Amino acid sequence: MTLTPVLSRSWDQKSSWTLDAYRATDGYRALRTALDMAPDAIIAQVKDSGLRGRGGAGFPTGLKWGFIPQGVGPDGIEKPKYLVVNADESEPGTCKDIPLMMATPHLLIEGVIISSYAIRARHAFIYVRGEVVHVVRRLHEAVREAYAAGLLGHDILGSGYDLEVTVHAGAGAYICGEETALLDSLEGRRGQPRLRPPFPAVAGLYASPTVINNVESIASVPSIIDRGVDWYRSMGSEKSPGFKLFSISGHVRHPGQYEAPLGVTFRELLDVAGGVRNGHELKFWTPGGSSTPILTAEHLDTPLDFEGVAAQGSMLGTTALMVFDETTCVVRAVLRWTEFYAHESCGKCTPCREGTFWLRQILQRLEAGHATEVELDQLLDLCDNILGRSFCALGDGATSPITSSLQYFRDEYVQHLGTGCWFDPVRATVFQTSEAGA
Amino acid sequence: MIEEVTGASERSIGPDTIAEMRTIMARYPQPRSALLPMLHLVQAEFGYVTPAGIEACAAELGITTAEVAAVATFYTMYKRRPIGDYHVGVCTNTLCAIMGGDAIFAALQEHLGIGNDETTADGLVTLEHIECNAACDYAPVLMVNWEFFDDQTVQSARDLVDRLRAGDPPDPTRGAGPVCTWRETARVLAGFPDGRAHEGPSAGPASLVGLRRARERGDEAPDDGRRTSGQHAQNGGSS
Ligand SMILES: Cc1cc2nc3c(=O)[nH]c(=O)nc-3n(C[C@H](O)[C@H](O)[C@H](O)COP(=O)(O)O)c2cc1C
Ligand code: SF4
Ligand code: FES
Repeated sequence: MTLTPVLSRSWDQKSSWTLDAYRATDGYRALRTALDMAPDAIIAQVKDSGLRGRGGAGFPTGLKWGFIPQGVGPDGIEKPKYLVVNADESEPGTCKDIPLMMATPHLLIEGVIISSYAIRARHAFIYVRGEVVHVVRRLHEAVREAYAAGLLGHDILGSGYDLEVTVHAGAGAYICGEETALLDSLEGRRGQPRLRPPFPAVAGLYASPTVINNVESIASVPSIIDRGVDWYRSMGSEKSPGFKLFSISGHVRHPGQYEAPLGVTFRELLDVAGGVRNGHELKFWTPGGSSTPILTAEHLDTPLDFEGVAAQGSMLGTTALMVFDETTCVVRAVLRWTEFYAHESCGKCTPCREGTFWLRQILQRLEAGHATEVELDQLLDLCDNILGRSFCALGDGATSPITSSLQYFRDEYVQHLGTGCWFDPVRATVFQTSEAGA
Repeated sequence: MIEEVTGASERSIGPDTIAEMRTIMARYPQPRSALLPMLHLVQAEFGYVTPAGIEACAAELGITTAEVAAVATFYTMYKRRPIGDYHVGVCTNTLCAIMGGDAIFAALQEHLGIGNDETTADGLVTLEHIECNAACDYAPVLMVNWEFFDDQTVQSARDLVDRLRAGDPPDPTRGAGPVCTWRETARVLAGFPDGRAHEGPSAGPASLVGLRRARERGDEAPDDGRRTSGQHAQNGGSS
């Protein structure tokens, strides 16, 4: 396996966030190429590359762009089009977009300009979660520099194309990462998901055609335009081509960001990350954040692409690989995620609002040793009533840790009945190992 | 500072802030989109979302105060009562909790003598447990006024709050140092830069670990037949 730093290639350069540093690593070269192309040719190239959305669902990016209606509508009016970058990164375990924007905000902005030009948008928004003030600073500064250099605003690089970019800081709500909730939030409302159809491509921001893409999706566009479809497809697999940032966290020797082709196996990645911390062994892991069913040591050879992870009954999600060793109580981990979903449920639909409340109650009883065996089945029943019956994917995601952990660790749940949790939380902490000199 | 904060509920919003609200509204095709940044601006002026702040937003946007309040209460970053100059958020989502976040949060409650969402008597530190802040590779993570304090221990967290209370705010791990106040952060979030984007590193060590491994191993993305200077650039250091 070969690491393929493309998005992360200049993160270690001095002042990498500045326009000068970005240009020194061929930044904005793709933009010149793109502005000489017809917008539809860019959409075609992104389609041919096979790039799939990096926000979790893996929808083909070029296809999404192609859904934007172009030209005058049946009512004789041409509506404005918008690009909205989803920089809300809040799925537990996911930590790739934030370092990307901190180190190389211009990479995102170059992607924004090319993508906006392709879909013929004249205003783009970067919706960044509010809890990362330094990233907001770097984005503002990069946008300012780009305007000053004629890369944004009127007549970009003499092409006749105009684009405004607005950086918009959110205010703390996981649900605002869901694309339609994000749009409501960006319109100055409570962030609650919208009914679909109409899809955002038809009626998104201000009821106008809108493309919403994840930061990493948009940041992948410049290299596809610059280096071509064949180059891009020489990495990854047929259905999941290209490279991807894999975020490894938890009980591993070297947690961090690793950029590799899709289809790399978890075993290979864990190996470059130095393996599970000294003297411990793998217990369970998430392939793509807390909303993706957990996997175990049996699944080490899973190829990390959309198909490979699905074949194991989970999802690639955001490639947030959270790794837990045998010192971790699975019930404690799942309870904490469930508390998160119950807290973040927007309250719009009953299965999720009430369901996550009861899931949390039962798991709390279980951790305290007050639950009975019947309640294990109630957990599964509740999950059954939430999955597929909720208004948005947050509800579905809330069931993933529970059903998957009951599948692999039912015995550990049963052992909690009557006794409660017997794990020593200190053994799982990172300071425990450093104190032990490991 | 304490007087200023407690007096905030009676003060009305200043003309400069109203002018800035209009600047924010002008950034959007439809003015209502400005509401979230306007509420950040209210927090920059008062430290929290005051009734006067809600009224000003409603008046500027031509919507009801109930509509503004409904938005303000939906988002966890907006506070409905005065908080300290330093908001200390301890990540207790699963990954951080297990890696030591729970121990840190418990130790800080004890050390400061306050519970979740409470402020020390000197009005300086508000403690809150927060959800995953997209820094799991630096777990356990603590945020002060939404700046990153990575790879914390119980001891480093105690030292950190001691320095905040002693008027000697430390530098974030990845951010502008020394860490600014709660209200200064809110101003940046409202979209008024403080000129500190060039402080701090490009990236922290965990963000760079894969890139460094790739360089050691001689790994790179396939050749596209063109010279790509980024691929072979010298390591210029990260700060
Ligand atoms: C509860 C929830 C939270 C989400 N959070 C994010 C997020 O933080 N960032 C993101 O890009 N996508 C998030 N998504 C996915 C978005 O709805 C959407 O699919 C994505 O932004 C589309 O971009 P892509 O096609 O480039 O992946 C979330 C979805 C759900 C249901
Ligand atoms: S599933 Fe949950 S988050 Fe989604 S709309 Fe329903 S209540 Fe809101
Ligand atoms: S779990 Fe703490 S930053 Fe992600």
